[in-house]
Amino acid sequence: MLSSAILIPAVLNGLLIGAIYALVALGLTLIYGVLHIINFAHGALLSAALFAAFFSFRLLGLDPYVAVFLLAPIFFVIGYALQRFIIGPASHGDDRNMLLVTLGIAVVVENALLYLFRADTRTIDVPYAFQTIDAGWTFLAIPRVVGFFAAFAVALALWFLMTFTDIGRAIRAVAKEKLGAQLAGIDVGHVYAVTFGLGTACVAIAACLLIPTYYVNPHVGDAFVLVAFTIVVLGGMGSVPGALIGALLVGVVESLSGLFLGESLGQIGIFLIFIVVLLVRPSGLFGARA
Amino acid sequence: MKSLIPIAVVLAILAAVPFAVHSNVTLNFLVVALMIALVGQGWNILGGYGGQYSFGHAAFFGTGAYVTAILQMRYGINAWVGFAAGISAAAALGAILGVLTFRSGLRGSYFALVTLAFAEVLRIIASVAPITGAGVGTLIKLDLGIRTFQFQSRAVFYWIILALVGVSLVTTQLIERSRFGVWLVAVRENEDAAKALGVDANKVKLMAMVISAAITAAAGCFYAQYFLFVDSGIAYGTWISVQALLTPIIGGVGTVFGPLVGALIVKSLGEAAKLVAGDAPGLDLIIYGAVLVLVIWFAPRGLIGGLAHARMLLTRHDVPATSSTQEARHG
Repeated sequence: MLSSAILIPAVLNGLLIGAIYALVALGLTLIYGVLHIINFAHGALLSAALFAAFFSFRLLGLDPYVAVFLLAPIFFVIGYALQRFIIGPASHGDDRNMLLVTLGIAVVVENALLYLFRADTRTIDVPYAFQTIDAGWTFLAIPRVVGFFAAFAVALALWFLMTFTDIGRAIRAVAKEKLGAQLAGIDVGHVYAVTFGLGTACVAIAACLLIPTYYVNPHVGDAFVLVAFTIVVLGGMGSVPGALIGALLVGVVESLSGLFLGESLGQIGIFLIFIVVLLVRPSGLFGARA
Repeated sequence: MKSLIPIAVVLAILAAVPFAVHSNVTLNFLVVALMIALVGQGWNILGGYGGQYSFGHAAFFGTGAYVTAILQMRYGINAWVGFAAGISAAAALGAILGVLTFRSGLRGSYFALVTLAFAEVLRIIASVAPITGAGVGTLIKLDLGIRTFQFQSRAVFYWIILALVGVSLVTTQLIERSRFGVWLVAVRENEDAAKALGVDANKVKLMAMVISAAITAAAGCFYAQYFLFVDSGIAYGTWISVQALLTPIIGGVGTVFGPLVGALIVKSLGEAAKLVAGDAPGLDLIIYGAVLVLVIWFAPRGLIGGLAHARMLLTRHDVPATSSTQEARHG
């Protein structure tokens, strides 16, 4: 049963898909780390980004790996505007209201996609979708490998941004001590919006990396975002290394439980981890505070 | 008991509606609106009075609906017993969920997340498990009669759901005036301060969760009897979780009549949208989502809370604080 010829490819594929999960989770954990709220619109924005990647290929003929350089900035602006002009003003500074507003946005975006494009599932055809490379023990799909390295490149770029730039320092200051940052002359509203924009841009990049091998429909983001919630909870809310490691772990668990339990129950395995971690150690594996 | 007079008046007026209105379309509209009001009233006890915002109240609605339907169709159990069992099962689920989450100290974002995840897990299980009919769903066989809880006349269903709403209104009113209700509001406004004053916050939240689950489940059981069909998307879907919180928020969070007023507005908006744009998938939810954002933005107290606040500003009488008047911070 447990032959390494099945197990190793499953683990490797889990790691590859886990890297894409990491991108989605990174956006979520970044927003949580600074704004201290869970962005319930994350999944709907991912669905929207997948549709955007789909139509840039179909209508503009843009390869997803090219479209990413267009869509990431566009989604940054969308995220910035959402936080600055809707979520911020609408929630009057109350956390519970902020949660409800992101939920409201999620419901609007998801159902607007359903209304516009119906529930049909769509895919694109790129020539390299089924090309593989020989990794020694197994063959790996090229789009997955590209996704893996791109995800780490983005994580590295984010780390660079947070560590060495002024806006990165401002974001970290606001995350640590909002009032103090405000007193030091930091525009907190702007920092919140930039953070939300960065989180949304992560989602757009993930969408472009996913679309060559994945499908898109109005509810596709839901599955990812629940996985991303699990990762973020597992790694500790607001922790970037936690999100990366949690994502790889969840990718492997999903791949293995899919292997042993079948496709539809594979997801249940993730939720069980999620609920158990929330109940037993809500601060996550790497989080310091509950 | 003076405080129950407004409820009696509202119920009496609503109970007379079927004598004046004979249109099945109108009655159907009101039946569904009252059902949504009941879902919202359940959410209101935990979310409105207790400040614990659940994003997955579908877990209770769906459990009520499925238990009622499955007990009747698979085990031949009497519909009324099934109804009671559905409510009890959801209350038990609420107790389990409450013990687990409150004991782990999950609040704010985390509580919303864990409730959402529970509803989603239940939806996935219901969509594959054989006992729920998996993807096909569970159909209750048409068999009119009092014993089977199925009626030809919409008016009878209307009075039943009105009676359930009446019970929920009285329950809410009694809670609001009780020591338990005061504790609950204290936990909402500042949990740590309430604990410091000797309120057993976890126990108070747990009780609110159980009552909340039972009320919302009653609406689910009613749904099963009224439409005679349940599937995983209906029972555990986002649509019901969203309406559960939308109705009290529109009407007035933490007010007795908020969910009822909110449900009538929500249902009217949904119907108006259908008139304008036809019965397109997703349209009603687009409007609900937008209304949710707009109400929080421009009328955070909801309709009733806003009116009470306006009256206070005019007369300077005390009104009970609604959650939006306090900036509650959760870590």
